[in-house]
Amino acid sequence: MTTIHVVDEQENPLQRAPLVEGGHDFAGVTNIVANVAEQKTPRGWYLLFGISLMLLANLGAMIGYLVWTGVGVWGNNNPVGWGWPIVDFVFWIGIGHAGTLISAILFLFRQKWRTSINRASEAMTIFAVMAAGVFPAIHVGRIWVIYWVFPIPNQMAVWPNFKSPLLWDVFAVSTYFTVSLLFWYVGLIPDLATFRDRAAKAGRKVAAFAYGFFSFGWHGSNRHWLNYEKAYLILAGLSTPLVLSVHSIVSFDFAVSNVPGWHTTIFPPYFVAGAIFSGFGMVLTLMIPARKWLNLHHLITLNHLDNIAKVLLLTGTLVGYAYGMEFFIAWYSASEYEGFCFLNRASGPYWWAYWIMVSCNVISPQFFWFRSLRRNPMVLFIISIFVNIGMWFERFVITVTSLHRDFLPSSWDYFTPTLVDILTFVGSFGLFFTLFLLFCRFLPVIALSEVKGVMPEADPHHHPEHTPQEGHS
Amino acid sequence: MSDSKKFGVVAEFDSAAAIYKAAETTTDAGYTKVDAHTPFPVHGLEKALKQPPSHLGWFCVLGGITGIGIAQAMQWWMNSFDYEYWVSGKEPYSWPTTIPITFELMVLLTAFVAVFGMFGINRLPRWHHPIFKHSTIHRVTDDRFFLSVEATDPKFDAAKTVEFLQGIGGVNVEVLEDD
Repeated sequence: MTTIHVVDEQENPLQRAPLVEGGHDFAGVTNIVANVAEQKTPRGWYLLFGISLMLLANLGAMIGYLVWTGVGVWGNNNPVGWGWPIVDFVFWIGIGHAGTLISAILFLFRQKWRTSINRASEAMTIFAVMAAGVFPAIHVGRIWVIYWVFPIPNQMAVWPNFKSPLLWDVFAVSTYFTVSLLFWYVGLIPDLATFRDRAAKAGRKVAAFAYGFFSFGWHGSNRHWLNYEKAYLILAGLSTPLVLSVHSIVSFDFAVSNVPGWHTTIFPPYFVAGAIFSGFGMVLTLMIPARKWLNLHHLITLNHLDNIAKVLLLTGTLVGYAYGMEFFIAWYSASEYEGFCFLNRASGPYWWAYWIMVSCNVISPQFFWFRSLRRNPMVLFIISIFVNIGMWFERFVITVTSLHRDFLPSSWDYFTPTLVDILTFVGSFGLFFTLFLLFCRFLPVIALSEVKGVMPEADPHHHPEHTPQEGHS
Repeated sequence: MSDSKKFGVVAEFDSAAAIYKAAETTTDAGYTKVDAHTPFPVHGLEKALKQPPSHLGWFCVLGGITGIGIAQAMQWWMNSFDYEYWVSGKEPYSWPTTIPITFELMVLLTAFVAVFGMFGINRLPRWHHPIFKHSTIHRVTDDRFFLSVEATDPKFDAAKTVEFLQGIGGVNVEVLEDD
């Protein structure tokens, strides 16, 4: 292993830290990424894949049991009609926001460091949205008539109600999934062509055919790149408001109702900040082990992790601000229901959930004020786990605490999940990790053509002799 | 026309700077059917190649307008014409409640046009292209840069074009047959 050179941007702000470390040229970058898919399958992969498959089977079993028996197998009951399934849905859909944020918003802001993490984050987004989609689909109860949510004729001769935020959600999530998938696939095409050419050269016929089929005969023509880049820019421009709209609409599911604790105008920006926070948390949870096990340290450098930590610090603090502002508005509104709801959140029967949420989401990212902690993968990994836990609890707190104290005190109750609730949620991780492990095994985990495009040598006016000592301090 | 069966001449270059310079020299010499093949989009190369900008954006505008139209027509027709919904104290067609779905369908249709329009304009998928006959073309997706002058170029002459491309620093200059 070569030593890792780290250019310290803060000690010398005039010098930009290189995005690719270790002095690699274009072929070197290709080799690093292609080796991930071309190496002999590591034993650890089989182990993780086996565990994920078992969890996935468990998800299938739980869904089968649910459909066979009915939603009574969950803890949902009056007054808490929205229990874990909605919590899990919002948890996963929130995670699904980081990928598109990285690929679209950071693209528009010309944040070149995004290139090393955008591919895996987009994959994460797609798989998280798939895991999210499971929950509302099975939550409808009679899954065999789920087509009633679509604007297609049904046996009742009634159309869906377009004034319902739940229907907006159907459109928002399905559009988001489709556009994210298209964006991801367009980005993959040049890299699949790289894999095709390497497989053909090495005589791996099946791989060459498969990669060749999906790369559509890409040969890097500049006429193609022109349209390709235009399409990419348009997709980025579309995805930017789209990603903000999706979690805004998810928040409308709550905010448009008149339940205390839900009926607030802060919900859309607060949900979006939380979604970005949770998504970046999951990016760290996935990328830190991937970087280590797949030997990607030269492409996903400490500077990248540092940047992600800064995003976590910002969004975690925004989320903390929203928590505080909710309390302020509850008091300032002089509505006794709002006031009661928030005091009950922090000190009622679910006080423990509230304080887990605050500790994980507001306090834990504050460690990232310290640069040494932002650059320590172990610390980052541990805090990212806290972020994941905290953001699940945030959705639990919002959903359950507002519902369990209904307007009528006679219907107050304490919600407890059932084993099926828990196993279904655990099973959704099986779906997510099965797909992510397959992605890591067979597809280019880093956007090769984009990383090459941000290397100094990619500039047509680059002259090696004039370049300052980049990357070799 | 002996050149009619030829695709053109393809030369290899080893850096982004070299392909940029080669593209500039080739188009300045009067060649018009020139294209570059690169592992990543080289910034500004279309100017050196004198290629027109992409028109994809205009198709996308049409896609977006179609999405808005479909969403509005669908919500109006389904909720206020074919089956009137009087819910939440709003009239059957209440425009603010139509905004989220209108936005989503605008994005969806624009994205379809952007992606499938890009494939259409680029004539992809095309799994068999004459350029794949070049002996080192597999490096176009790795670290090499290629310049092609097509046989349909009025100035094209196999021998002279090969000589020209070798003269400007191209290696592995090959004349490729068309399918």
